[in-house]
Amino acid sequence: MDAKIIHKAPAAIDHSAFDIELQLLLDAIYLKYHYDFRGYAGASLKRRLTTAMGRFGCRTLTQVQDRILHEPAVFSQLLDFLTVQVSEMFRDPPYFLSLRTRVMPLLRTYPSLKIWVAGCSNGEEVYSLAILLHEEGLLSRSLIYATDINGHALAQAEAGVYDIDRIAGFTDNHRRSGGRSSLSDYYTAAYGRAVFDKSLKKHMVFSDHSLATDSVFAEVQLVSCRNVLIYFNRELQDRAIRLFRDALCRKGFLGIGAKESLRFSACADAFDELVREDRIYQRKDQP
Amino acid sequence: MSRPLQHVEALVIGASAGGVEALLTLLPALPATFPAAVFVVLHLPRERPSLLVDIFRPKCALPVAEAQDKEPVRPGHIYFAPPDYHLLVEKGGEMSLSDDELVNFSRPSIDVLFESAADCYRQRLLGVLLTGGNEDGAAGLQAIRRAGGATLVQDPGEAQAAYMPEAAIKLGPVDQILPLAQIAALLRGLGASRISGG
Repeated sequence: MDAKIIHKAPAAIDHSAFDIELQLLLDAIYLKYHYDFRGYAGASLKRRLTTAMGRFGCRTLTQVQDRILHEPAVFSQLLDFLTVQVSEMFRDPPYFLSLRTRVMPLLRTYPSLKIWVAGCSNGEEVYSLAILLHEEGLLSRSLIYATDINGHALAQAEAGVYDIDRIAGFTDNHRRSGGRSSLSDYYTAAYGRAVFDKSLKKHMVFSDHSLATDSVFAEVQLVSCRNVLIYFNRELQDRAIRLFRDALCRKGFLGIGAKESLRFSACADAFDELVREDRIYQRKDQP
Repeated sequence: MSRPLQHVEALVIGASAGGVEALLTLLPALPATFPAAVFVVLHLPRERPSLLVDIFRPKCALPVAEAQDKEPVRPGHIYFAPPDYHLLVEKGGEMSLSDDELVNFSRPSIDVLFESAADCYRQRLLGVLLTGGNEDGAAGLQAIRRAGGATLVQDPGEAQAAYMPEAAIKLGPVDQILPLAQIAALLRGLGASRISGG
């Protein structure tokens, strides 16, 4: 979504009716398309749906429901409203610096590495990790699973093409994350776009996966899932963190967003804090 | 139109340029017996950690903290939105953060907080908009009014930056336009006596 667009709620919304319609819409989406938003935090979801109502020219969520039930193309647009996040490469540089200095030395001891980027959206985090692994000499034995529920976002991520005017910010982040190479080594610029290198992409697997409905698909040494959990209610957060725990090998690592925490999670006990300020956790050794 | 404020469950405050100084008048004025939860959005540089908690904690009678995602809201606590995240209140009584796009060029955005709080607290909400240099908060105050809550705006004449309170008054109506000292006095008395807006 365009960060410059200013969204305003329509003049008057009858919230009690809105709440009922919201619940019905989420049920309809689940029954028809098997996407489960029922465990998403309500306040942001409402905001995004209010924006979507404006874009679709719908006065009520019931009208949105009518359209998405009968027009799959409209549902696919709605999915973008509900799921697409704008991120940056090397967002929160201290996080990547801590991965570099505290996590990579331990990952180095594994003969092969599997990494899961859960909720990868347009892929900025996936390419950042691949570059970090390359700089640490680990990419050649690494495989990164990048998952999301949004097919458009996955296709974008797999293409690895970003507007050239975002590259200056990415480059600055990369440098602040302790980058040892030049970011320009990893992309080709043409026609206002930067296309990231195939040598990175061949270590990535992009796949549809839902933290709300799917289960664990592999054993991994590192899970990075940042600014995804904040959109979930506590039950769904618990489910996701349980999946991460079950996917991680013993002593495996979990990185979450700068303002996310395992503090309120039912399986917080399964993890030790490795780098508190950068939200990097380590799965405990016991089963 | 009279809006009695007998039972305010939450207070939301928004400010931008000049906001730290204005909040230094308001928040230390809240007594330890203040009955409502207090949520504050102050526009800040997005790329730096905030020092607001360190600044305000020693000066306030109420506990002061940066809002944490999915933390249960407690009455008589002051919560600041963290830099670069929107702060929202959930109907289940906890807070949520989001990194959705900027609203009014701002994250955190005052409108995002005010609108979600209006949806939760309805007529048990008081919204206060202070000094600032953009129009964030104006739409949020109207959402509070529509939900039956009460709205106060700092007198633009004495605000360090008049644009934000002026934008809110222009979009209006708002219940009361008051100098900071009177807003502080009104908040101090909250819960102790009946207040009405005009």
